[in-house]
Amino acid sequence: MFYYSIKRLLMLIPVLLGMTLIVFAIIHAIPGNPALTILGTKATPEAIHSLNRSLGLDNPWYIQYFSYLKDILSGDLGTSIQTHTPIASEIWPHLAATIELSFIAMIIAVFVGINAGIISAWKQNTVLDYTAMILALIGVSMPVFWLGLLEQWGFSIKLQWLPSIGRDDIRNSVDPITNLYLLDTLLQGRFDQFWMVLRHLILPSIALATIPTAIIARMTRSSMLEVLKSDYIRTAKAKGQKMVWIVYKYALKNAFIPILTVIGLQTGLLLGGAILTETIFGWPGVGLYIYNAIQYRDYPVIQSGILVIAFIFVMVNFVVDLLYGLFDPRIKYR
Amino acid sequence: MPQASQAQLDPSGAPAKSPMTFALGEFWKSFRKNKPAIAGTIIVLLFIFFAIFAGFLAPQGINDQNIRLKLQPPSAAHWFGTDDFGRDILSRILFGARLSLRVGFLSVIGSIVVGTLLGIIAGYFGKALDVIISRFFDILLAFPSILLSIAIVAILGPSLNNALVAIAIVNVPVFGRLVRSRVLTVKEEEYVMAARSIGMGDARIIFQHILPNSIAPIIVQGTLNIATAILDAAGLGFLGMGAQAPLPEWGKMLSDSREYIQTAPWTVLFPGLAIVLVVVGFNLIGDGLRDALDPRMKN
Repeated sequence: MFYYSIKRLLMLIPVLLGMTLIVFAIIHAIPGNPALTILGTKATPEAIHSLNRSLGLDNPWYIQYFSYLKDILSGDLGTSIQTHTPIASEIWPHLAATIELSFIAMIIAVFVGINAGIISAWKQNTVLDYTAMILALIGVSMPVFWLGLLEQWGFSIKLQWLPSIGRDDIRNSVDPITNLYLLDTLLQGRFDQFWMVLRHLILPSIALATIPTAIIARMTRSSMLEVLKSDYIRTAKAKGQKMVWIVYKYALKNAFIPILTVIGLQTGLLLGGAILTETIFGWPGVGLYIYNAIQYRDYPVIQSGILVIAFIFVMVNFVVDLLYGLFDPRIKYR
Repeated sequence: MPQASQAQLDPSGAPAKSPMTFALGEFWKSFRKNKPAIAGTIIVLLFIFFAIFAGFLAPQGINDQNIRLKLQPPSAAHWFGTDDFGRDILSRILFGARLSLRVGFLSVIGSIVVGTLLGIIAGYFGKALDVIISRFFDILLAFPSILLSIAIVAILGPSLNNALVAIAIVNVPVFGRLVRSRVLTVKEEEYVMAARSIGMGDARIIFQHILPNSIAPIIVQGTLNIATAILDAAGLGFLGMGAQAPLPEWGKMLSDSREYIQTAPWTVLFPGLAIVLVVVGFNLIGDGLRDALDPRMKN
């Protein structure tokens, strides 16, 4: 297991390097001079030339790439053109907001998706099965931003049950410690604020969770159907074990590997979907950070935002890969 | 010629069937039994019909403005109501079908052509080429697709055509990996080895044996990818990175109408429903094709 982890970690290096190269290439392929973007259209040619030199933009591309790589490795993600602040220092609150939102969305997706899939497989070809699968089909076909808008209309505007924008109330804002607001409010013993933060999380996390929930439900159903037909399940049934016990204790464990793979892959969808969800709900995460940077053509922020999200996605899949063995001891690490 | 002789001996006297016709017949027999897939086909055909005949079906032009009639609720004159410029939403949705279907089909065709080419090179010729191409796929797949599309559109400039190109590029590794794995399996088959042993060239082996045996999974994945391509194009349109005003692209329509959701929710409801319906249609067909063409992929 240890050697496998090291081997897998080493295999990540070319992927991570390739990611930096692609992001670097994309940003350098964008038409227009970054110095001109920073200085504005009224800048003199001398000022542009001097900034080009100080930014290293007059060097060949490979020198620029290695310098970029060196910066990243030393934790320097560049400086925002818009705020003139180092991105590494301003990205964390945004990243924490996205992590909190994606985490809650993933919990919803896993809980609802797995249970819907189990019930669907258990009650195959019944009304329950058909209903769950029709809902799952609509779920995978639903644009996140449309669902988000409908939620806002229904639950915020019409029913006025839940807030539609932001992470907290302006008049009762959270004092950040880790910037994970649920955790911060608990650490401060502010349960009223914890409830407020949770209420803000409900609509965006449900919108974000829809597609992953539907995909996990479909995967769980097909995976469970296969396992429920196996001999050991028939034996357990013959021994008179309760069906709930059989399904959740024995069958789910064996059906879990493909489900786990899907969960890992859905992280990418969640992180990508965050840009749409955050835009609608004014959620100050990395998605909204990148969206605002796009509007302002703040390329260093776009570059680093995309890189950070891709990095998290790769690492989550790395962890999922290592988790396989925990759920299925038959898997041998080599 | 065993098939010909079998056909000649066919006691029913039916004309001889080629293996291709036989396979298509088998496929159709299985596909038509799948009611959801037929429902999906009807939905998609309906949208294709809307797209082709939008000019005849739409009650108004896409840019016919009438400010006095702005944000009118659904009525007999405007079935889906009007938007903030007093334009008929139904007409815009019908014309919008052209844009969404065009992005869906063309981007997937682009991904299939490039992905298949790279997949064949990687799988058939192997060695260093395989390593390079496979790592390239891994790297592209490490990015959430919508983010990579945004980055590509940032280079090319925001427009529907550039969104189409971005979505096509992002999906290349999906088909590339699929074809590569099929090629790796098929090239070890005895009939391919036999073809090689009688001196058949690489190109002929690829086009006569390897490609035909990789088509089923490509068609299935392609259909499912049309659905995601339409969703991604709508997402890019919503973010202002896809279709630009006044094009009646459904995602762009949603983004333009979101500020009127409180006073005129129909401006948001109908474009969204159009997206959901057409995507459901392609997903249903994709699932049906998978069951009919490749039963091993069923579960």
